[in-house]
Amino acid sequence: MTIAGLYNYWIVILLMMTGFYVVISSGNLVKKIIGLNVFQASVFILYISVGKMAGGRVPILQEGVSDYSNPLPHVLILTAIVVGVSTTALGLALVVRIREAYDSVEEVEIHRQDESL
Amino acid sequence: MISAQLPALQVVVPLIAAALCLVLSRPLAAWTLTFLASAAAMVVSFLLLGAVMDSGTIDYAFGGWAAPFGIAYRVDLVNAYVLMIVSTISTVVSVFARASVASEIEKHNQGFFYTAWLLCLTGLLGIAITGDAFNLFVFLEISSLSSYVLIAMGSDRRALTAAYQYLIMGTIGATFILIGVGLLYALTGTLNMQDLAERLPDVSGTRTARTGFAFLTVGLGLKIALLPLHLWLPNAYAYAPSAVSAFLAATATKVAVYVLLRFVFSVFGVEFALGAMPLAIGLAILGAIAVLSASTVAIFQENLKRMLAYSSVAQIGYLALGISLATPAGLTATILHLFNHALMKGALFVALGCIAWRIGSSRLQDFAGLGYRMPWTMGVFVVGGLSLIGIPLTAGFISKWYLVLAALEKGWWPIIVVIIAGSLLAVLYVWKVVERAYLAKPPEDATRAEAPPSMLIPAWLLAIANLYFGFQTHLSVGVATRAAAELFGIAP
Repeated sequence: MTIAGLYNYWIVILLMMTGFYVVISSGNLVKKIIGLNVFQASVFILYISVGKMAGGRVPILQEGVSDYSNPLPHVLILTAIVVGVSTTALGLALVVRIREAYDSVEEVEIHRQDESL
Repeated sequence: MISAQLPALQVVVPLIAAALCLVLSRPLAAWTLTFLASAAAMVVSFLLLGAVMDSGTIDYAFGGWAAPFGIAYRVDLVNAYVLMIVSTISTVVSVFARASVASEIEKHNQGFFYTAWLLCLTGLLGIAITGDAFNLFVFLEISSLSSYVLIAMGSDRRALTAAYQYLIMGTIGATFILIGVGLLYALTGTLNMQDLAERLPDVSGTRTARTGFAFLTVGLGLKIALLPLHLWLPNAYAYAPSAVSAFLAATATKVAVYVLLRFVFSVFGVEFALGAMPLAIGLAILGAIAVLSASTVAIFQENLKRMLAYSSVAQIGYLALGISLATPAGLTATILHLFNHALMKGALFVALGCIAWRIGSSRLQDFAGLGYRMPWTMGVFVVGGLSLIGIPLTAGFISKWYLVLAALEKGWWPIIVVIIAGSLLAVLYVWKVVERAYLAKPPEDATRAEAPPSMLIPAWLLAIANLYFGFQTHLSVGVATRAAAELFGIAP
């Protein structure tokens, strides 16, 4: 396969690094969660790409079709999406509580307040 | 008939109890349910351990769907042992939790608290019992998400930031594991661990296999809190409610270590994981640094829960050292220390919970004269501390002894030096507390008053277990040796 033929994997790597970089570098708690989402989305695309077959059809027995895409990675990713949504919801709920307690969602500001305790 | 369904019951009982708990929501009812479900899980885990010891590995096809298509549960000695640790600790600590939670968590949140507890238990048991790599990821997330909730319920506002930090790092770790599992699936077309183990040797030279292995180990390193990936742990254990600190410190990282053992020994195989890949040397170096640096940091902590948390990071270093030796003896030491560390950290955190219940603080400055004000509780702390140091006739001594023997057998002298230095550092931080509690004058208005029996009894159960397994090693060492032999694939 050519390098261009693997373009979805290049997108996976690009998204993965972008998301990971946002999680590490951003000091804003909400932006970190957005970064985490991008990071997870890249893994979803990775799994889906693995299961897809060029020219493959939906995995239902049909006359005259011999190539089917593998449904298993797609089903797995449905589960992973649910996990991702729950993580995001919980993370954002924590951010709401943190904002109530500190009146800020900036990491630097929160650290400053805790040190002055 | 019912005994054939034990592997399913192990996970399903706490899961259904969690749902019921949410419906009941009244504190007393929720607690009773949590205790009963934990106790039921404990009984099941003992029955499973007995069955595995008598008649070997149990395979269970969930829903009657055979392995390559359905999800298989597979119970061998190693995970029966881990199931036993997790469910026993949950039962003992849940007895303690009743009074502790009542004083630390608002009434309308207690139902949610116990729901999250049961979900966390479900997740940890599920991780240990499953034979399917993706199923493991799902259970990992169940236990992680519920532990973020449990930690965030701490009364200090820093519990929120600690839970947030853990959520970010834990999710990165879990996603790394997901990537690793995905790459292995792409390579072999299976998620079943046994099938993976059969098909991986043929493709172990490929870059995909190596990348998958790297993602899995780094992701697990985050969950295990192996230095330098431990940053989430100290705050999470320091600001979580007392009962949660005791429960998680004794179980969560242990289960993650079990997963590492499972992937290194059962799925990838020793030759690839510790031979072809540089994991052994990495674990040895990081483990040694963890033992020395985390023990040193622990000495300077004013908040004793934080001190114990750093000590946990150091103990994980010992576990990593045991794995890095890549011999059955080293592995025996690691498996043994999983159990003994659960006992000592359980006892210590429960003792701190009793003290927090009584004086509302876990700061060293408030400990003056506590040896006279709460003699029974401090007794537990001293026993746990001695075990942590590794004084003979305590459980901690046994695991360190086996680790030293394993290192001797391999001729790795620096590791022995590290173990002894780590124990000496542990003497320092445990002595610091003992000195303040027994030699400093109590404040004028202090009275002698103990924690209630519902907290003291579990504390003493754990303390006595620390002493019992210090001289009666037949059960713990026997199972650990056989489990290690099984992981290495040699007949005991």
